[in-house]
Amino acid sequence: MNFDHFLTAATPFNLCLALFGVAAGTIVGSIPGLTATMALAVLVPITFSMDPASALILLGAIYTGALYGGAYAAILLNTPGTPSAIATTFDGYPMAKKGDGDLAVALACFASVCGGLIGAFALLLLAPPLSKVALAFGPVEYFWLSVFGLSLIASLSTGNLMKGLAGGAFGMILSTVGVAEISADIRLTFGSQTLISGFGVVGTLIGLYCIPVLIDLVAVPDRHLKVEKDVKSVRIGEAFGLAMRSKFNLVRSSIIGTLVGILPGAGGSVAGLVAYSEVKRGAKPHQKFGEGEPDGIMAVESANNATVGGGFIPTLVLGIPGTPPDAIVLGALLVQGVRTGPTMFQQSGSIVYTFIYGLIIATIMMLPAGLLIGRYAYKSIVTIPKAVLVPAVGFMTIIGTFAIRNSISDVVIMLCLGVFGWVVARFGFAASPIVLGLILGPIAEQGFVQGWTIGAATNNLAGMFFGRPISQGIIAFTLITLILPVFMARRQTKLLERNAK
Amino acid sequence: MLRRTILKAGAALALVTSLATVASAELSGPVNYIIPFGPGGESDISARLQQPFFKEKFGQDLVVSYQPGGGGAVGWASLNGLSGDGQTIMGVNLPHIVIKPAQKDVGFKTEDLNIFHMFHFTPDALVVTADSPYQTLEDLVADAKANPGQVTISGSGKASANHLAQIKFDKMTGATTTYVPFKGTGAAVTALLGKQVKAEWGYTTVGAAQGDAVRLLAVAMEERHPLFPDVPTFKELGYDMVGGAYRGIALPNTASDETTKMWSDMISEVNGDEAFRQKMLDAGFALLDVDAAEMDAFMAERKEEYLKDAREAGLIK
Repeated sequence: MNFDHFLTAATPFNLCLALFGVAAGTIVGSIPGLTATMALAVLVPITFSMDPASALILLGAIYTGALYGGAYAAILLNTPGTPSAIATTFDGYPMAKKGDGDLAVALACFASVCGGLIGAFALLLLAPPLSKVALAFGPVEYFWLSVFGLSLIASLSTGNLMKGLAGGAFGMILSTVGVAEISADIRLTFGSQTLISGFGVVGTLIGLYCIPVLIDLVAVPDRHLKVEKDVKSVRIGEAFGLAMRSKFNLVRSSIIGTLVGILPGAGGSVAGLVAYSEVKRGAKPHQKFGEGEPDGIMAVESANNATVGGGFIPTLVLGIPGTPPDAIVLGALLVQGVRTGPTMFQQSGSIVYTFIYGLIIATIMMLPAGLLIGRYAYKSIVTIPKAVLVPAVGFMTIIGTFAIRNSISDVVIMLCLGVFGWVVARFGFAASPIVLGLILGPIAEQGFVQGWTIGAATNNLAGMFFGRPISQGIIAFTLITLILPVFMARRQTKLLERNAK
Repeated sequence: MLRRTILKAGAALALVTSLATVASAELSGPVNYIIPFGPGGESDISARLQQPFFKEKFGQDLVVSYQPGGGGAVGWASLNGLSGDGQTIMGVNLPHIVIKPAQKDVGFKTEDLNIFHMFHFTPDALVVTADSPYQTLEDLVADAKANPGQVTISGSGKASANHLAQIKFDKMTGATTTYVPFKGTGAAVTALLGKQVKAEWGYTTVGAAQGDAVRLLAVAMEERHPLFPDVPTFKELGYDMVGGAYRGIALPNTASDETTKMWSDMISEVNGDEAFRQKMLDAGFALLDVDAAEMDAFMAERKEEYLKDAREAGLIK
């Protein structure tokens, strides 16, 4: 880990790769349905002719860019461009509706760069010890982590708890359709071949979030987003000021993102949700989360970009990929003849460190590239007339859904879910609890089945589920998340009563 | 003068292009190589290893894409609906393509798949951590016999190669172990390294990837794997276990016999490349050279064995 590796990473060729990768990744990530995984899979053969470090820098830059790009569609169209940006919609879209879309895009960029840097520095400095986090998490911990994630439904759906829970339960049922991930049973397909593949997360996201937005756009005559008379350029100064004021939030969310990123099987969407729930829990009275609170966007965007560095920790140290894009990078390394795993930092240290510096450089380049692309994305979404915007976005949702696995039935399912989502939204059921259930359901189920199998085999079921320290910690956090809002609400009414007297 | 040079260059270019076209007579462009699983698994890694050799020999890219779903079933059910012009191929895995259709209607039958080459397998291996109390296979068997069910072993999926290995092993040794299914080899190995379970039913590839962090107790091969000269085979230890997960490639069944033959020859040629074989061995794979002509006999034999094992284990009726 010396300066030489930094210089190797900073050759003009590698700098060009990093810049190209970040820009390409941002554009890919901003289109719902096109994922970082897909972009990397297509590009891997190109990297065979490069030296391993350059190849890795290109792949890492695309990955980083894609996680940031996911925020555009989340903020401007209420549709997460990648699953990691789900929680970005909570405050991003309300901000855009108020006319602050430009500010939200700039905030997302600052937060993403901050998260990406903290994640990358954790990878640079602390990878071997942090990789132990991945191993400390057993099936039971994943079970409780997903329960913690589900508890967020309670705090998301203030005043609408039953509907939120019903949505979450519905999402969990959706997640069980098709071939069960670990038991290989075929469930709830009603004999239909189409349903064997189940409800994919990306297709469901596009359907539940994007289609209702499109229907509403057509149904009401108003403009899509409120715009002040003159379309300002991206409000960089203002965004920077807000980001500086939220230093603590940014750092905490980045650390959460790094830690969740280390867990194979959790990923950017869970990281964003956990960070969001934490920042919301510490909300000050004037902050209104869910109605366009800048801190909400910053928490999610810093956390999901921190998962890039975090995810590479188990990938490089243990040879266990944290996320699908990590798995592709791992495969690319193998072809290059680089052995990942316990000995990699010693044997292939120069490649690893050049890559990490490359990742840091790419993250810094995301600042100018992201702000510039963000400005164009914002301008084009607010200035394009509705008659062009709706068909264009509608076309993209279909292409994006089809691209996931070249399946027309995925497109049909997506459209049906979209109409369903629009209808139930009229009755106060939001999309987010359903999607939460869909993402967290399988994690909870697998953890529960595995934990139960191991606990029953060793005659220690209670100890398995309640006796492990990390589990106890997560259970405690879950209880706090569930109980605190009730407690706070009660105290507030008491205060109001006292003031009234 | 200049004009003539340009003309000459143009002619030369045309000649080169036409020669290149002749060399890969039937491939008209990059090939779509579909892996019916997510990235990072053994299917993906072996496809990635083929990519550069294929490009070098035949001048066309193999473009890997992932279509996961239903433990591979979604991809295989869609295969015969794709174009049979030779520009699309798909990875196939044993025992999956035998067990899944035998369990339930999953939209395809084993016989429907036009498999033209089986190019490698990952031999079953029983894996423990480096600091495990089990020094030898007998240590584990003795513990499992003394404490029935208490020895927990992770593996990838249910009714999978790992699961069948566990069932077969329990039957042969008379020991009782508990199988804990995980989503993919990566998660099963994580559980082992984190000491959530006492052992893992994996493959030789796990030993290659994890190096000193793990110990292989035995491998299910006829002879020892060159990468692990000190690890005994199950056969040496008195258990007749040889096998693992076999991987090959299929074309849509509308492909002509010539196209199938061309592909079988091309993959045989990649498989014959010494540098490719070495890379595969280094990653822990074991090579297999079953081409289109030998496929029917090979599949019949594998199918019979898997169905017998799965039936005895109660996985299928």
